[in-house]
Amino acid sequence: MATEAPSQPVLGQALKRKEDPRFIQGQGRYLDDIRLPAMVYMAIVRSPYAHARIRSIEKKAALEIPGVLAVITGEDLAGLGLHWMPTLAGDKQMVLATEKVLFQYQEVAAVVAESREAAYDGAAAVEVEYDALPVLVDAKKALDPEAPLLREDREKKSNHIWHWESGDAKATADAMAKAEVVVKQDVYFPRCHASPLETCGCIAEMNKATGRLTLYVTSQAPHVYRTVLALVAKLPEHMIRVVSPDIGGGFGAKVGVYPGYVVAVVASIVTGRPVKWVETRTEHLASTAFARDYHMSVELGATKEGRVQALRVHTLADHGAFDSQANPTKWPAGLFNICTGSYDFANAFVDVDAVYTNKPPGGVSYRCSFRVTEASYLVERAMDVLAAELKADPAELRRKNFIPADSFPYTTPLGWTYDSGNYQANLDKALEKIGYAELRREQAERRKRGELMGIGISTFTEIVGAGPSAQFDILGLKMFDSAEIRVHPTGKALARFGVRHQGQGHETTFAQIVASELGLTAADVLVEEGDTDTAPYGLGTYGSRSTPVAGGAAALCARRIREKAKKIAAHLLECGEHDVEWAEGKFRVSGAPERSVTMQDCAFAAYTNLPPGLEPGLEATYYYDPPNFTFPFGTYIAVVDIDPGTGEVKVRRFLAVDDCGTIINPMIVDGQIHGGLTEGFAIAFMQEIPYDAEGNCLASNFTEYLVPTAVETPRWETDRTTTPSPHHPIGAKGVGESPNVGSPAAFVNAVVDALSHFGVRHVDMPLTRDKIWRILRQHGVDGA
Amino acid sequence: MSYRIEVTVNGLRHALDVEPRLPLVYFLRETLGLTGTHIGCDTTSCGACTVLLDGKPVKSCTVFAVQADGCAVETVEGLASNGELHPLQKGFWEKHGLQCGYCTPGMLMTTKALLARNPSPSDDEIRTAISGNICRCTGYLNIVKAVQEAAAEIAGANAPVE
Amino acid sequence: MISAAFEYAVPKTLAEAIALLRRDPGGKILAGGQSLIPMMRFRLAAPSLLIDITRIPELHVMREEDGALRIGAAVSHAEIENAALIAQRYPLLASTAAVVADPVVRNRGTLCGSLVHADPAGDWGAALIAARAEVVIAGPAGERRMPLEEFLIDTFTTALGEDEVLAAVRVPTPGPRSGGSYLKIERKVGDFATAAVGVQLTLDAQGRVERAGIGLCAAGPVSLRAAAAEQRLIGKPLDDAAIASAGQEAAAAADPAADTRGPVDFKKDMFRVLTVRALRAARAAIAG
Repeated sequence: MATEAPSQPVLGQALKRKEDPRFIQGQGRYLDDIRLPAMVYMAIVRSPYAHARIRSIEKKAALEIPGVLAVITGEDLAGLGLHWMPTLAGDKQMVLATEKVLFQYQEVAAVVAESREAAYDGAAAVEVEYDALPVLVDAKKALDPEAPLLREDREKKSNHIWHWESGDAKATADAMAKAEVVVKQDVYFPRCHASPLETCGCIAEMNKATGRLTLYVTSQAPHVYRTVLALVAKLPEHMIRVVSPDIGGGFGAKVGVYPGYVVAVVASIVTGRPVKWVETRTEHLASTAFARDYHMSVELGATKEGRVQALRVHTLADHGAFDSQANPTKWPAGLFNICTGSYDFANAFVDVDAVYTNKPPGGVSYRCSFRVTEASYLVERAMDVLAAELKADPAELRRKNFIPADSFPYTTPLGWTYDSGNYQANLDKALEKIGYAELRREQAERRKRGELMGIGISTFTEIVGAGPSAQFDILGLKMFDSAEIRVHPTGKALARFGVRHQGQGHETTFAQIVASELGLTAADVLVEEGDTDTAPYGLGTYGSRSTPVAGGAAALCARRIREKAKKIAAHLLECGEHDVEWAEGKFRVSGAPERSVTMQDCAFAAYTNLPPGLEPGLEATYYYDPPNFTFPFGTYIAVVDIDPGTGEVKVRRFLAVDDCGTIINPMIVDGQIHGGLTEGFAIAFMQEIPYDAEGNCLASNFTEYLVPTAVETPRWETDRTTTPSPHHPIGAKGVGESPNVGSPAAFVNAVVDALSHFGVRHVDMPLTRDKIWRILRQHGVDGA
Repeated sequence: MSYRIEVTVNGLRHALDVEPRLPLVYFLRETLGLTGTHIGCDTTSCGACTVLLDGKPVKSCTVFAVQADGCAVETVEGLASNGELHPLQKGFWEKHGLQCGYCTPGMLMTTKALLARNPSPSDDEIRTAISGNICRCTGYLNIVKAVQEAAAEIAGANAPVE
Repeated sequence: MISAAFEYAVPKTLAEAIALLRRDPGGKILAGGQSLIPMMRFRLAAPSLLIDITRIPELHVMREEDGALRIGAAVSHAEIENAALIAQRYPLLASTAAVVADPVVRNRGTLCGSLVHADPAGDWGAALIAARAEVVIAGPAGERRMPLEEFLIDTFTTALGEDEVLAAVRVPTPGPRSGGSYLKIERKVGDFATAAVGVQLTLDAQGRVERAGIGLCAAGPVSLRAAAAEQRLIGKPLDDAAIASAGQEAAAAADPAADTRGPVDFKKDMFRVLTVRALRAARAAIAG
């Protein structure tokens, strides 16, 4: 039964997505779509105060509401040792507060009821009395002697969490002191939030008869959840099954284990029923993992020609009330020391101090690649500040400092070895495509007429694919990832992975990888992720790691299958294994290519006609420990016009030229870029979660936390260069976060560029109209 | 206190007792089991819950089921007919107009109503029409292309036969 | 996320609706519900009874009569936005309808509901003040009318009695040489206005301003009529100097609150800029 191998290479094809049919027919299976027999509902009671002692919690009125089955408090959890739980960052956090609360909307109690209505009615009826305490919301005041002490539970009685450094402080200080030109800039990356369209939620089902706990949950890392639950709830791990169903967007907000999940598990044990908890948008914005909130200070020391000799960065990191960010151990500031970016800086030193404040915990989220967004924003702003100081063209200043294309692999002064890159060619392509020289001429003419036009460039290099086991782990779990592929007798395959997509298209792209390695079509390969009972162990999808790590596993696993299939092919072709070659998606006899068999032929034979001594079946597993990260890069250029009357910034054009190495599906890559650019745009212009002096969250729903619509969102232009990763099995690098990493700086650089003739060097995000307006009026610019 | 309503959903008539405070979105999702319509926020901002009520897109989280008494509701589950995908569904699939899929049902229903009143919308008109529907994944570019693709297919199908 | 329980009634006539209101002091009128229902969801409002007036035929009527356009309480923003009559003869209303909330919400929300809600950041208040609209209130004693400016008393507070229903609004039909425009600054579609201005102008045969209405949205505790700004225009040619001067007066009259949309000085200046731009747009429309 010889069948044809696909006629076109599967890798690189813009195949329509295999996951789409269910979504376009409303047949996706998201968490809240799941209903189990006898299921009950949970609602959480939350603190209105940012810092307060809990005087009392009165359950009585709530318990009297018809349908309410239980009211769970921290005291109830304390009996099980579950009122606190370890975080992914080596700290601990409260599950339900017992003695005091540390941020507004913190979880205080949970009501379980027969109906959603009764659960909400019950939550409204729980009476909690608080004694307010002084509030700390300004990270810059956290280390003042008179600042309130937030974490009385810790041995170290301070709001200081940790200090972290990277690089050579002395060499950098010396180089900075000798530099002909030094620029310094404070740069704040505001607190924002990934806010996927689907909020977090779970259904916990403790089945007393079987002893199994099944947790359906919006999780980007189901295996990690299973292991954490086993350790925290002291349940045997093989009796726990975590299922991540279809997820309506993650962006890093669905990586941490939230208190609501733990409470739901307890509630299921207590009531003997499956317990569903789905948070509201307000709960999501006000209590789940925030993103960024880095107060950064950067110095660049350079020659007067603009060749940078030293980079020095100090950061104050606002972590909220608990250090619960999903960072690899030993990397509490994530991969922030990627902040030398695309440049060959001789010296660099970075240090970060993290502090507690009365705000929700988090920090690593919103497509940040583990703090790479902060790092990239910082260095790209700094380069523009230097360019302004030197009156140099920002594109040329960057080019002058780029790591040369023939220098890879290149090790930065902060310790990263970049795999490959050609920044010059990428920049050239972008400048040409946007018509840079013509735009500068236009800008000069407009400036003479008093019109405000700006061009902003960001040439970023980022780091993804966590990560090599020598350096990385999360809670001790090494950051490999896995693939398990089984080929059926009729030549179709089932492929399972340890990552978990939330819209990135793995059901298509991973099928393309496997299909290309095995001479199948993508339609022949069914991809599954998310059920810990069946999927091989993996660390999940975040930090753009899926393609670099699980994609690597996919290719290598498929090659293991091909190795075995080759033995079967030799048997079918009646020749020695050494005479069999794999070419054009088939096994053929070297020198006699017309004698060939397909993978489908071998698959059938694996069950029906094996060479003697060979084990039946055709399947393999591969756990891939990547030798290095991968380093996607790109050039983003924004062109803006500012309305002098209102301060409104209009993005006239935005071009993204990305290099993510080998491309599996260009349509999916473009989609990732459009989405990430839109998030970067929102961050640059309209997103922030501010807190007032009492710790009230001022952007807890979509009327204040602004997500752009199709009307505000620019019409993105995308292009590419392709510089494969030499160490990745298919040369791919990952791309999901690059657009959010690289774009905020392009927007801010463009706006600052438009105002540069007034001497403006920096404006902090979000670039709201009033900020721009004030600058304009200060410089006598009007335009009614 | 319950209230009897008669609602036609995707062509099927239902007569049921509901509590007045039951939002239409929960009536569809839980009473009728049509989980294609999603919930994304609590301030009538995101449009994930958009369905057609007597042909007009509405945010079903901000309509009580009782208000739909005597009305016709269309949801994403009713878009395909006789096993054939609606041109909009095909357009979204063809042009990669979805990633996580969560906003997609709302987008489909809003754009269905758009094409009914404006069969050949411009890029701007599409963007305005979907400005009550949030997407976090796609950046809207491919959604616009998907709608234009569907419009072209519908126009082609409606072209007078030579 | 789920509102408190309530009862639901669907009167067939205005008289029935009024009778229901009299019987149940905890009752509230429900038309589009696009302001009320979100408040109920957060339990900031918990009426014991919702009286749905959308099945009362007379409240759906939108038609010109006695020199004014009468818009009934059940007429949605979308119906106004899509009406040919509005596009042709009421440009101020057309430009306002297009920016209320978002297009999906506009299918349910009603103009009259928005006026009764009396959020000073609601667009219709400012636009209809500029248009010199009057409200038609139905109560147990019959119908009464009053200028919209008097009806809007304070934030979320109107002159509507507990047993009264806002039955319609009447917008004077602009005569010849008239133009109107509504301009809104919003951070994104669907946001409340950072600042917004509606203008309605009529010129006399010599090109001097005969009538001027300027309404400011999100300019204080209540939708505001910029009377001094209007005075700057009356009797004068509609030239740039007059327009600039009206803009200054509008800024002076505005009393916005600082919030996440901006500080006070910024917002006041936006009233100046928007007033100037709206007046220029109206001028261009009259000339064109």
